[in-house]
Amino acid sequence: MPTKPDTATTENRERSATVLDLDQLAVHFQLQGNALSRLLGLKGRVVKAVDGVSLRLARGEVLGVVGESGSGKTTLGRALLGLAPTSSGSITYQSADRGPRVVSEMRGAELRGLRTDLQMVFQDPHAALNPSMTIEEAVGHPLVIHGMAQGPELKRRVEEALDKVGLSPTERFLTKLPSDLSGGQKQRAVIARAIILDPEVLVADEPVSMLDMSVRAKILQLMLDLKRDLGLTYVYITHDLATAKYFCDRIAIMYLGRVVEIGPTEEIFDHPRHPYTKALLAAIPEPDPEKMLPRNLPRGEIPDAAEPPLGCSFHPRCPEAVRGCGWESRDLRALVEEHWTRSDTAFDDEQQILGDLEHLDAPSTTATLGSGGSSAVRGILDRIKGEDPDEPLWSGVTSIEDTGPGVTVHFEKAGPPALRRAGGVDVACVLYPDETSDRDEA
Amino acid sequence: MAVRMPHWFRQIWNTKGLSRWIFLVGLFITLVFVVFAIFAPWIAPYHFNQTAVDGVKFPKLGSASSDHWLGTNDQFYDIASRMIWGARTGLEVVVMSVAFAGVIGVPLGLLSGFVGGWIDRVLVFLMDAIYAFPSLLLAIVFAFLLKNTLGGGVVAAALSLTAIYIPQYFRVVRNTTVSAREATYVEAARAIGAPPLTIMRKYLFGNVVQSVPVLGTLNAADALGTLAALGFLGLGIQPNEASEWGYDLSRALDDAQAGNWLPAFWPGLMIVLLITGLTFVGEGLNEGINPALRRRRLQKVVFPARTAGEEVSS
Repeated sequence: MPTKPDTATTENRERSATVLDLDQLAVHFQLQGNALSRLLGLKGRVVKAVDGVSLRLARGEVLGVVGESGSGKTTLGRALLGLAPTSSGSITYQSADRGPRVVSEMRGAELRGLRTDLQMVFQDPHAALNPSMTIEEAVGHPLVIHGMAQGPELKRRVEEALDKVGLSPTERFLTKLPSDLSGGQKQRAVIARAIILDPEVLVADEPVSMLDMSVRAKILQLMLDLKRDLGLTYVYITHDLATAKYFCDRIAIMYLGRVVEIGPTEEIFDHPRHPYTKALLAAIPEPDPEKMLPRNLPRGEIPDAAEPPLGCSFHPRCPEAVRGCGWESRDLRALVEEHWTRSDTAFDDEQQILGDLEHLDAPSTTATLGSGGSSAVRGILDRIKGEDPDEPLWSGVTSIEDTGPGVTVHFEKAGPPALRRAGGVDVACVLYPDETSDRDEA
Repeated sequence: MAVRMPHWFRQIWNTKGLSRWIFLVGLFITLVFVVFAIFAPWIAPYHFNQTAVDGVKFPKLGSASSDHWLGTNDQFYDIASRMIWGARTGLEVVVMSVAFAGVIGVPLGLLSGFVGGWIDRVLVFLMDAIYAFPSLLLAIVFAFLLKNTLGGGVVAAALSLTAIYIPQYFRVVRNTTVSAREATYVEAARAIGAPPLTIMRKYLFGNVVQSVPVLGTLNAADALGTLAALGFLGLGIQPNEASEWGYDLSRALDDAQAGNWLPAFWPGLMIVLLITGLTFVGEGLNEGINPALRRRRLQKVVFPARTAGEEVSS
């Protein structure tokens, strides 16, 4: 199985084998603010769908991109083809015959020309085909658009592509509309449309998640066969670790727009390092009811991508969080409110003293709270700490000082952890500090 | 059935209940008028602009006779001929105005919905502004403006009606385009490298024009009414250019007050009949095609007759 060679030793050899090179890729989407801010031309909030992803895709490998909904994996896939605009960073495509080209700087016709090399398979085969086009038109349209074939040649190549994806006898499918086909057949047609241009890289965005269980394995096997026959390189985007294990050479785990762990599939599955990876693996259903595993699933929901947590974005949900994770005001609010839910009287007693907590929602490493005198506020904080002294938030507090009627809590400042080498993988977590001193993270 | 009906027609034919009969009645009435329109020179006894035959002038307000089936009106015209020729005028104007409105409104809506941004804003603003006017008032204004450049003919009348219908097509197509634009197959079209024009032509057009034919037939009925109103006000087609029911109706009003109501009755009847026919076709189409309204009737299952060859093989 081709896996990514060690970067430190074979830098040159690896470069020639790289087909896609992402350097600090970021895709940000501007949110529309309210009517007033639009009238005044103010900028709305920014959702960082993909935020600083660097990775290399080697020719002929299958890279799995795994993450929850909202982790930015689909946006990453779209950005690879230039379907989502790159905000910063770059994507370089190393074509086998035409040398490096920077996808992220392409526009218009140049970008469209690139689609003969980079292609995409979509999640929902029922929606990915134009309902008013026959299979022959739909599968052959890429060739028409790029002016690569017409007339009998076009028909021959469409039949060839349909044969390759197992839609045979082809004459039975040529004149069908998408509504006449089953989900698996539609996905085969979508794959046929993607491979008819003879691309090098295929981005597959959850290609089997909408399909029946019985056809999933068949479609994945078809994709592996096509990879072998056509020399394709895959980016396989999924939330399903089980298919990723079956399908991928390498896996990148994404959380809130960042890659938190990336490495060979076996290593990820055998020795997950990032707490989020561990949580994902623990969430795979176990078919044996006798073997109930203790599940340390992450608490809460995936946070708002417009304002991700400071420090490591996973820290509010992390079961292994420690001091340097980047604790902040919103975590304090969550902790106080959780404390209130534990007893019947706590809210009535303490709400007046602590005052309004809304302002803590602005992410900051200093949190000022309280309106009923600083000693009373300190007393409440001590009581909360007493309930759970092991709560890692408290280790992130550097100082608490009195300010007016309340206190100001200062937290340790921490940036998001960079990907660092740990064992056979790269992981972005403070629990795994740099293994080798020469790999400097900027 | 030996003849294979086209898909859309079968869809309407198989609709259940009243809507099917509404459609068929409407279609029948409309087809009668279409026959009048096409074969007017052969059906009508005289030309619409004819007031004399072989140098003998027609009587003024003559009653029905074998020479003049429905009598003559105050301008010495033969009423029956005017009615039959009027079908031609009415349908010409209706077809032209609806076709122009579609040809202009649909691409504009497609462009506006697909491109978005400031083009969309400007076009929506413009169309809303046109739409905000009472349609008859707008038609009068356009009729005035076009009278100087194009004269009082069929084309000028059709164009002044076109202007009031464009916003409807624009709206319908733009809104469906805005939702269809987000569909995965449009993204897929981008992914295979289709330029914007190809996406609009090949991927969006076929999926957004489905509601346009219904709108067209409903507008056709409305257009005929507006045309008659323009003619009634004397702003439409001039009587020597073509025969127009609305004009005839307005001319006959004085006679009706004087007790001779037949010259006013016939053009009124024609207008009502054709509008009814077109509306029925539109409503029938709407209920036949619109999946939210459509109800299918049950059909008998007919097994194909067994052939000798099959028996041998099985």
